[in-house]
Amino acid sequence: MGRYIVRRLLWVVVLLFLVSLITFIVFYAFPTADPAQLRAGRQPNPQLVEQIRHSLGLDKPWYVQYFRYMKALVLHFDFGRSYHYNVPVRKHILDAVAPTASLVVGAAVLWLVSGIAVGTISAVRRGKLIDRLSMGGALVAISAPVYWLGLVALYLFASDIGKVHIFPGAGSYTPITDDPVKWFTSLILPWIVLAASFAAFYARLLRGNLIETMSEDYIRTARAKGLRERRVVLRHGVRSAITPVVTAAGLDIGILLGGAILTEKVFNIPGVGMVAFDSIQNADLPIIQGTVLLGAFFIVIANLVVDVLYAFLDPRVRYA
Amino acid sequence: MAAGALLEVRDLRVEFDTDDGVVHAVDGVSYSVERGRALGIVGESGSGKSVSNLTVMGLTRFQGARISGEVLLDGRSLLDLPKDEMRRIRGNEIAMIFQDPLSSLHPYYRVGWQLAEAVLAHRDVSRQEAANRAVELLDMVDIPEPRRRAQAYPHEFSGGMRQRAMIAMALANDPKVLIADEPTTALDVTVQAQILELIRRLQHELDTAVVMITHDLGVIAETVDDVAVMYAGRIVERASTATIFRTPEHPYTWGLLKSIPRLDVPRDAPLVPIPGAPPSLINRPSGCHFHPRCPYVREAHTRTDPRLEPVPGDPGHSVACLLGPETRRRIWAELRAGLEPDRARRAAEAQETSA
Repeated sequence: MGRYIVRRLLWVVVLLFLVSLITFIVFYAFPTADPAQLRAGRQPNPQLVEQIRHSLGLDKPWYVQYFRYMKALVLHFDFGRSYHYNVPVRKHILDAVAPTASLVVGAAVLWLVSGIAVGTISAVRRGKLIDRLSMGGALVAISAPVYWLGLVALYLFASDIGKVHIFPGAGSYTPITDDPVKWFTSLILPWIVLAASFAAFYARLLRGNLIETMSEDYIRTARAKGLRERRVVLRHGVRSAITPVVTAAGLDIGILLGGAILTEKVFNIPGVGMVAFDSIQNADLPIIQGTVLLGAFFIVIANLVVDVLYAFLDPRVRYA
Repeated sequence: MAAGALLEVRDLRVEFDTDDGVVHAVDGVSYSVERGRALGIVGESGSGKSVSNLTVMGLTRFQGARISGEVLLDGRSLLDLPKDEMRRIRGNEIAMIFQDPLSSLHPYYRVGWQLAEAVLAHRDVSRQEAANRAVELLDMVDIPEPRRRAQAYPHEFSGGMRQRAMIAMALANDPKVLIADEPTTALDVTVQAQILELIRRLQHELDTAVVMITHDLGVIAETVDDVAVMYAGRIVERASTATIFRTPEHPYTWGLLKSIPRLDVPRDAPLVPIPGAPPSLINRPSGCHFHPRCPYVREAHTRTDPRLEPVPGDPGHSVACLLGPETRRRIWAELRAGLEPDRARRAAEAQETSA
């Protein structure tokens, strides 16, 4: 297992290298705007633009730029400076990780707990009223886009603009280190909005899996042993049916840690998604590059974690 | 019925609705088994042999199945017990082992854990005591190094060891009745014999009543005292094992016997498969349900439904067949001599007209 993990980590490095190269090339092949122009302000004179271009190294061929970038990255873990804000990219992005992680981890807890509970009950009460209501609700939740659901949530419950003033609204995010209570309350709406579609998807996934699992021979054995039905469902049924849910959760969390753009934008949470969104609008290559690399990093690590977790969940799986 | 029967099934019927109509899975089945005895139930897939025993266990899979009749364990009626009462009996007083031991064991849990769980379900003992009992059970079913083996997962066991583990699990709480549903079908022939021998040995040691469900007459010959032959949800013949092999009365039983090799018939006698396929349990054939496949069918058999009746002069032997006792005796004599069904029928008919 140890060797397997090391080998996978080496592949992570190769993969991240390729991702950085592709991002770089895409940025050059399809330029959205000239960063030097943007930097120069409203009425740029050509001299200033040239000067900026030179100081940012944009006048060099792309491969020279890429080489410089990679050299700084590998030797000093330096992601360069933002064209737009003129601050170090590393700090700019890492500052945004905590808000995103707060949002994603909280939402993941919420969607896993509710998705697994609803999925299990629906599977056991298959075809009954509670199953139909749950699955109908799940369909609505899956179909509702985050930006719509987010705005509806704010319209109804935000303490500033809402019909009922319950939860802090957009822009109220407070770091946990400043005030844990405010941190928690400010994230309640974003958590619910982000978790809704995932919870619905997980409930449906688990329901389907569990219904299938409950017709397995070993479930019949568990019943033949005289176990209580509750134990048959939870210890024997859900235990098996949950494996794909864990896989999906690992990957979803990995993807979201790279930035939950819609939710962050709607609730104005200063996370990685917001940073990425801004950097694209500003044609701020170093930041785009940084967020893409961070996102890719989380995804490949999540994949690795899921694969390792699989070996723990299913004793038949062995890696060499 | 036999006095002192431990498990007694009376006129059991199981039917359920499907989109295509009502399935008569079990249609008035009665049997009983005494302590320390073994009953074999033989039949093709879909004959109702598994369904009837799952019903005895309270494990009928079909939602909304209509169940009628009686199941008595030690005189106690099981079919109308509350769910939780029935749960206390399952795995405790009646236990069951299944056809495919790999799919019947949970792939994610250690074998010892699964055995201990069976103990804990019915006994108020500590986890440690249950774990010790699991090791003891593995030892009882001849698994070498039981303490180490208890820590293994089912996929690390061989097929025969898995079935041994299943048997150990079934015997965890010293059940009065053990139902074995095709316990050797998924195993190699050499392993089959070991497993049957094990069941036989434990049956005697523990004085358990065994119900052996199988389609394999070889299994029957080796392990059981009495046999019930099932066809289309009914018992069509019932007798002691020796009688079934020596003087079977039902054409379906003859078919089963003629389709397996035997040492006591001429070696050049051909093996004859039973023609056709098991009937649909939704639209069952009129009259005798076996008539479309019966080589000895007569016109009247398509209209009259035979009942299970005692065979004259053979106590303990009953059969549901419309052929006369004399005719049956003659046909079997010809079949036994090595004749094929068609010729046996003609020979018997010739004797009849001349008589």
